[in-house]
Amino acid sequence: MASSPKIKIGWFSFSCCEDNTIVMTEVMNDHWQEWKELFDFRHARVLKTDNVMDDFDIAFIEGALASPEHVAKIKDIRGRSKKLVAVGSCAVIGLPAGQRNTFTLEQKASIDYLVARFGALPEVKKVSDVVKVDVEIPGCPMDPKVFLEKVNGLVAELRS
Amino acid sequence: MHRIDLRLDHITKVEGDASMDVVVEDGKVTDVRFAIVEYKRFFTTAMKGKSIAAIPQHLARICGTCSNAHVMAAITACEDALGIEPTPQTKLLRRLVMHSLMIRDHALHLYLFVMPDLFGKDAFLDFDENNPEQHQLLHDGFDIKSAGNHLAELVAGRSVHANFPVIGGFLKFPSAEGAAESVQELKAARPAVLRLIEIFRKAPFHFDRKTKYMALVQNDTFGYLGDKIVTSRGETYERKDFRSHLEHVALPYSQASAYTYKGESYMVGALARLNLAKDKLHPGTKKSAAETLKLFPSTDIFHNNLAQAIEILHSIDESIDILSKNSFKPEPVVKVPMRAGTGVGVIEAPRGTLYHKVVIDKDGIVENGEVIVPTGQNQVNIERDVGTLVEELLPDAPKEKINFEIEKLIRAYDPCMSCGAHFLKVKWQER
Repeated sequence: MASSPKIKIGWFSFSCCEDNTIVMTEVMNDHWQEWKELFDFRHARVLKTDNVMDDFDIAFIEGALASPEHVAKIKDIRGRSKKLVAVGSCAVIGLPAGQRNTFTLEQKASIDYLVARFGALPEVKKVSDVVKVDVEIPGCPMDPKVFLEKVNGLVAELRS
Repeated sequence: MHRIDLRLDHITKVEGDASMDVVVEDGKVTDVRFAIVEYKRFFTTAMKGKSIAAIPQHLARICGTCSNAHVMAAITACEDALGIEPTPQTKLLRRLVMHSLMIRDHALHLYLFVMPDLFGKDAFLDFDENNPEQHQLLHDGFDIKSAGNHLAELVAGRSVHANFPVIGGFLKFPSAEGAAESVQELKAARPAVLRLIEIFRKAPFHFDRKTKYMALVQNDTFGYLGDKIVTSRGETYERKDFRSHLEHVALPYSQASAYTYKGESYMVGALARLNLAKDKLHPGTKKSAAETLKLFPSTDIFHNNLAQAIEILHSIDESIDILSKNSFKPEPVVKVPMRAGTGVGVIEAPRGTLYHKVVIDKDGIVENGEVIVPTGQNQVNIERDVGTLVEELLPDAPKEKINFEIEKLIRAYDPCMSCGAHFLKVKWQER
């Protein structure tokens, strides 16, 4: 394991409650020693300050896409990443972060000025609406066991 | 005129996304804007038309890390609206839910967010396993977090979006075996917490100034599901008063709302709680942290970190007591007929006082709701402190140093932007 270069990880949060970030940091309680050897967290705002936007072996995306900046950023991340993983319900199906898409006309009327004020997209998008997703980990929050299973699968694939 | 514009985009090692703008003109700070840049997800608008039964799980999704606090605040508000009195066992289990949250959330903040600043590292995972002190801290941090996480799994189902607590009670109950395991794990984590308190007691970071503070205080113990809101001015407010004592401040540049109290900024959170109720801490905590507790009350914002470390110890001590002295038996969820009403839930989340309000019709359908989060209450204080800090650092400090000091100060408040951007109706004040 030590002879292989570390797997370059990006962890990105878009519009969401960041519950998957918390689940990831709880999974870390039991796996941090292994991850320290295996992963190079290149970009993970919750873990570090000196974040680097270069190439990623695996980019994890949580959250839905709520603005044109989000759309541009996810395309940029896709271009830099061998594997792109959508984690959690907001990334995979766009909800609940995109619940305004389902609002009644009356509810929409009450928030329109705020959507416009901050230049948000008329409709919130799930990640696969904009870029190709290699692996989906659904759940609100994601299931830690499924997360580990998918991560281990990706590590095996990248190392093969 | 000499003008400097400082901008910190996407502040790191905090919950969620925020930016900070500081304008300096002729050596004086003329504008400070702490802007929460998360996009609104409109949770209070989305409440309307939902059944009251769905509200705790709905509002939990405002924030991942504080989600179990939102579950508790929402359940309290819904029970208030329906006139439900929880059973003594439910009250005990809820205290454990809050303790598990404080243990894991404060440990996340102190080890993963703050500790790298103390050791000149970029990330907690960069700590050197071959250095005995750093090796110990790595293990301590994950062991404490793990003890909190397992306690949350035992009593609440999970650490995030807890699925055992519901309106009227709990759906599942801790087994004797699970409780014994948790007690063992909490006891094993206790020495690590004492080391943590020592580190933050000796930490060289300080920023002291006069400020007001406010917290929900429990009558019988140091708790997070309190009875009365108490301020540093000595006033008390009842839960039912909701937020009549707070003034809403609209910030055109932020996705969140801010609040003042009697026209002044104030702070909420662990430091406020310790300042107002340290005499109610668990006897074991008081004994083990006796010297450190002499530092409170304090208005040094960096003592918020120390206060969180002490709260971890208190939550561990009280959880061990509750789990050791009680056995939990399955009991049915308290159910009452639906009725029209308004309910208020106020609790102490890890970052401070959290208010939920729900208005339902006779069929239990939500007509309206409101949520006030701790970070919104700390916002004005954060901006003022950053302004003072920058003026103190100018003109000699290089920009990188100023940026680092600003981030450090903001981290001490432990803000949560996911909570901040849940949506409150904003009245815009154009400038």
